[in-house]
Amino acid sequence: MPPLLVEIKHLVKSYTRGDQKVPVLHDISLEINRGDFIALMGPSGSGKSTLLNLIAGIDKPDGGILTVDGEDITQLSEGELADWRASNIGFIFQFYNLMPVLTAFENVELPLQLTNLSRAERRQRVEMTLSLVGLADRMEHYPNELSGGQQQRVAIARAIVTDPTILVCDEPTGDLDKQSASDVLGMLKRLNEEMGKTIIMVTHDAHAAEAARRIVHLEKGELINDAATA
Amino acid sequence: MRRLPDVYYLKLIFKNVFRAKLRSSLTIIGLIIAIVAFGLLQTVVDAWFAGSNAASASRLVTRNAISLVFPMPIYYRERMRTVNGVKSVTLLNWFGGVYKEPKNFFPQFAVDHENFFDLYPEFVMPADQLIAFKRDRQGAAVGRKLANEFGWKIGDTIPIRGTIFSGTWTFTLRAIFDAKDDTTITRQMYFHWDYVNEWLKQKYPRRMEQIGTFVIEVDDPSRTADIAKAIDAEFRNSLAETLTETEKSFQLGFISQMEQIILTIRIVSFVVIFIIMAVVANTMAMTARERSTEYATLKALGFGPGFVAALIFGEALMLSLIGGVLGILLTFPLAKGVGIIAAAVFAVFNVSQSTVLMQLACALVVGVVAALVPGWRSARVKIVDGLRHVG
Ligand SMILES: Nc1ncnc2c1ncn2[C@@H]1O[C@H](COP(=O)(O)OP(=O)(O)OP(=O)(O)O)[C@@H](O)[C@H]1O
Ligand SMILES: [Mg+2]
Repeated sequence: MPPLLVEIKHLVKSYTRGDQKVPVLHDISLEINRGDFIALMGPSGSGKSTLLNLIAGIDKPDGGILTVDGEDITQLSEGELADWRASNIGFIFQFYNLMPVLTAFENVELPLQLTNLSRAERRQRVEMTLSLVGLADRMEHYPNELSGGQQQRVAIARAIVTDPTILVCDEPTGDLDKQSASDVLGMLKRLNEEMGKTIIMVTHDAHAAEAARRIVHLEKGELINDAATA
Repeated sequence: MRRLPDVYYLKLIFKNVFRAKLRSSLTIIGLIIAIVAFGLLQTVVDAWFAGSNAASASRLVTRNAISLVFPMPIYYRERMRTVNGVKSVTLLNWFGGVYKEPKNFFPQFAVDHENFFDLYPEFVMPADQLIAFKRDRQGAAVGRKLANEFGWKIGDTIPIRGTIFSGTWTFTLRAIFDAKDDTTITRQMYFHWDYVNEWLKQKYPRRMEQIGTFVIEVDDPSRTADIAKAIDAEFRNSLAETLTETEKSFQLGFISQMEQIILTIRIVSFVVIFIIMAVVANTMAMTARERSTEYATLKALGFGPGFVAALIFGEALMLSLIGGVLGILLTFPLAKGVGIIAAAVFAVFNVSQSTVLMQLACALVVGVVAALVPGWRSARVKIVDGLRHVG
């Protein structure tokens, strides 16, 4: 397997607000290796989420090259892209985005509904994954019966249960207290180090960024430097 | 290859329906009311037509061509009998009397006691009672429903205050008839026309030997139109020209303004459905807007726009089916209640199978239409736009 996983070259993205074109990303070039853990930092509005969304295949660039694991995802149709996301991307959001009417177990099971796994196989996987994030005893709880940190751990379980190539996290600790935040970061770090998951994490928090192997700064839609952390 | 949706999704939809409890409950109550109202109104329409369906196709009714209030000479009967296709002729005259109080209204008719019940086989009674009725000049025959209503028994005397035929009349109950089938009305009274005619002879000789309607039995029901024409031709240019029509069109025409009412009822019942459609559509629009982040998340996870639309359609359908089924179930006891209250008007007030199917269809259509716009919109919205609603 080649080490290069994500290749971004001269990526351009703008949004239209009303009839005005608002450029968000100018000429971004970035390479991410397999097994990397990248923190994307930068001021609010600098385009961090936009870049992350493009890599995750939930938005389309206006120009440039974006390949993931050798596949040019900008050329995929909506349907192909959805299938691609289902098998390659695990999402972790700032506000967890769990389904409130589903239990922790059912939330984690959700992405497995798109696979061919049998009921028993699904159950086994979900139980295993929830144990991995330390919530084996909370499987039948609904999101509103869990703390923020626990909810985010359920979300992590949902993100990894399909064994995706990349985890994309948009401010995963943004809504958490210090302790929960460090639990979540520790968990991401372990996923990266022990299970070799490639992680791209957007964060405001310098402390959170320390969990990453590499920090990338964005400012006004441009990458300004790229430093490996100690 | 993806697996087919399973109970997991049904559960998801079901739980979603009851997330906003107050809103769902109010919507369901609205649906129940609309479906019940629709069902009852349809049943009124059915009951009305059931009444006219009971009319025999092999009977013709002849009345004065000018108006029902003008009579015809009784001797017409002999000439009618000579018309080709006429099997027998009987007499029927509206009496319009009052039993004790006007609110006790029920129809009374003076008839030819000899053959009236031969022409009306839908009224069944014991042979001895029929004989007793024929023998007693002051005898009366009443329907079962009427007898039950006033607790009359064979042999009771029934005083009727005449309005058209003024004075107090006393009849002796000789026969109680039942309906052969449940579309036949048994809330009316028959007695001898001879008895009334005799009275006229004494009091108003100029009004005697006159009758309001002749009822004619034909030997071939497929020829009623021709026979009716032949009868009317018989009396053209005579003092009282006649108008002969089938019993059914006679009954429908008799209260033709009822048809306007029926039409109005029909329109109202569909307006009710239309209103509830708007209510459910509003509920679904609010619901879908609140859940835009969830739908965007589902799409990010790899679920297609069709799946999101299916969730919304499923939810709207489940909502409208819950309301619809509860409404249908509630229609039956309510129709029973209405049937008792309206017993004087309708012989039958039963919720028909087609009414239930229409109620079900209305519920389904309401669900589908209510989900159209929110389903389409939620399926189309871009993932990043949906996710930006967070917080
Ligand atoms: N869907 C959209 N439609 C229009 N404008 C958008 C859209 N998404 C982002 N933008 C704009 O693009 C710019 C970058 O947004 P983005 O969300 O990528 O910033 P960010 O770096 O993630 O900021 P934050 O730290 O506040 O989350 C902002 O000016 C934002 O208003
Ligand atoms: Mg952001």
